[in-house]
Amino acid sequence: MDENKYSILVKKHTPKEDVSKNVFKAFIGGGIMGLLGQGLIDIYSFLFNVSTKEAGIYMIVTLIFLGCLFTCLGWFDRLVNFFRCGLIIPITGFAHAMQSATLEYRREGLITGIGTCMFKLAGSVIAYGIISAYTFGVIRLIILGVLK
Amino acid sequence: MNFKYKNVYLNETALVAGPYEAKGPFGKYYDKTYNDFYFGTNSWEMAESKLITESVSILLNKAKLNKDDIDIHISSDLLNQLVASNYAAKDINIPFIGLYAACASSTLGIILASNMINSKQIKKAICTVSSHNASAEKQFRYPVEYGGPKRKTTTSTSTGGCAALISNSKSGIKIESGTIGRVVDMNIKDVYHMGAVMAPAAAETLYEHLKYHKRKPNYYDLILTGDLGIYGRGIFKDYLKEKYNIELNNYEDAGSILYGNNKKMYAGGSGPACLPLISYGYVFNKLKNKEYKKVLLIATGALHSVTMCNEKNSIPSIAHAISLEVI
Repeated sequence: MDENKYSILVKKHTPKEDVSKNVFKAFIGGGIMGLLGQGLIDIYSFLFNVSTKEAGIYMIVTLIFLGCLFTCLGWFDRLVNFFRCGLIIPITGFAHAMQSATLEYRREGLITGIGTCMFKLAGSVIAYGIISAYTFGVIRLIILGVLK
Repeated sequence: MNFKYKNVYLNETALVAGPYEAKGPFGKYYDKTYNDFYFGTNSWEMAESKLITESVSILLNKAKLNKDDIDIHISSDLLNQLVASNYAAKDINIPFIGLYAACASSTLGIILASNMINSKQIKKAICTVSSHNASAEKQFRYPVEYGGPKRKTTTSTSTGGCAALISNSKSGIKIESGTIGRVVDMNIKDVYHMGAVMAPAAAETLYEHLKYHKRKPNYYDLILTGDLGIYGRGIFKDYLKEKYNIELNNYEDAGSILYGNNKKMYAGGSGPACLPLISYGYVFNKLKNKEYKKVLLIATGALHSVTMCNEKNSIPSIAHAISLEVI
C-alpha cells in the first residue's frame, strides 16, 4: 500500500472534530469573559473613581491574576478545555500559557528552569505581537500621513 | 527477524500504576497504585524512576529472589537519555542494559533477554519498562497544566512501572517465540495521531510473524497490540485486510481498553507501560488460569522526536512481537 492510499485509509478512520460545537462554546466562553471584563471596568471606575481607561488596566491585571491563580489551582486547564479559544484568545490565555510553563519547570531552578522556559509557549505571542504591532503602526503612520 | 525459544519462561510480573490506570477496568490487577503523580519524590522524572525501582522490588518479593540471583536487568522508558531507567538501575544495582524503542520497548526487552537465556548465556533476567503521563507530556507536548484543546485522536501516556521475570526455570507460561520488526514510515506527520503512525508497523510485524511460523491469526486466543488507540486499531485492522488479506477476530488493543470508556483520555492509553499494564496483569492471570493458551503481544512504538517533527520530518514507527504459550 503506498503512502497516498494509506492517507486515505487514515482519513476514513479519523473522527471529525466538532467545529460548530467548539465555536459555539468559544463564543459563549469569550462572551462571558467580555462581560466579566466590562463588569470589572464599571466596578473599578465606580469604586475608585477613576477614568474608564485606567479602570481597563485594573481589569487586565485582575484577569491576569485570576488566570494565573486558577492555573496554579489546577482548574484553568479544565475550563480552557471546555471553552476552548473563548479563554485562550483573551489575556487569560496568555497568562495561563506563561503560568503553566512556569509551574512545569520550577523544579529545574530559577534561572535554568523558570527564567528560560516560562516563555516556551508565550514567547511566540510576544515576538509576533511586537512584530505585528510595529508593522501595523508603520502602515497606519503612512496612511494617516498620506491622508493629511 | 524471528526467534523460536525452547527453554524460556515468564515466571512472575509486577505492576505499579498511577491514578487514572488504578481507576480503570484493570485496576485490580496492579500490585501497587498511587493517587498522585509525585509518589513522594520531588519531580516527575524521579517519580517515573521510582515506578521502576518499586516494580523490581515487588517482583523480587513475589518471586522470593534476591538481586544477586538476577543476571541482567533490561529497562526502557520514554525520557531523554533514558533517565528513569538509568536512575532506577543505579539503586537496583543489577548489571544493566538501557534500551530505547519508544513504546515497543517492553517486548524488545523480553526478546533480548529470551535470546540470552535460550543460548544459555544467562539464567535469569528482569525486564522493566516505565512511562509517566506528566513527564512524557512535559517532554513531548505542552506543559501539563496548559489546557489547550486536544484532538480526538490524541492518546494519553499511561503511568506505570512494569517488571517481568524471565528465566530458564520452568513455569506455566513459556515465551515461545519473538519477532523483531522493521522501522516503517508511511509519511504521517501528525503527532496527535500516533495510532495512524504505528498501525503499519504493527501490521508488518504481525504478518512477518505469521508467515515465518506458518500460522493463521486464529492460532492465538488473543492478539494484543500496544497503544494504537481507538482509531488506530481500526486503521490496523483495515490495513491488514487490504495489504495482507488477514482478518482478525481475536484482536484487542491495550491502549483502547486501558481506561475503559473514560472520555477524558481521548483515544486511549499509550506509552511503553500501556501494553504491560494489560499483559502482565490481566492477560498473565488468564494464562495462569489457562483461560488463554496462546497469546501474541505486539508492542508498537512511534519513534517520535520533537526536534525532527518541528523540522517537518515524518514519524517512523516500529513493532516487536512475542508469543506466550501455556504449557
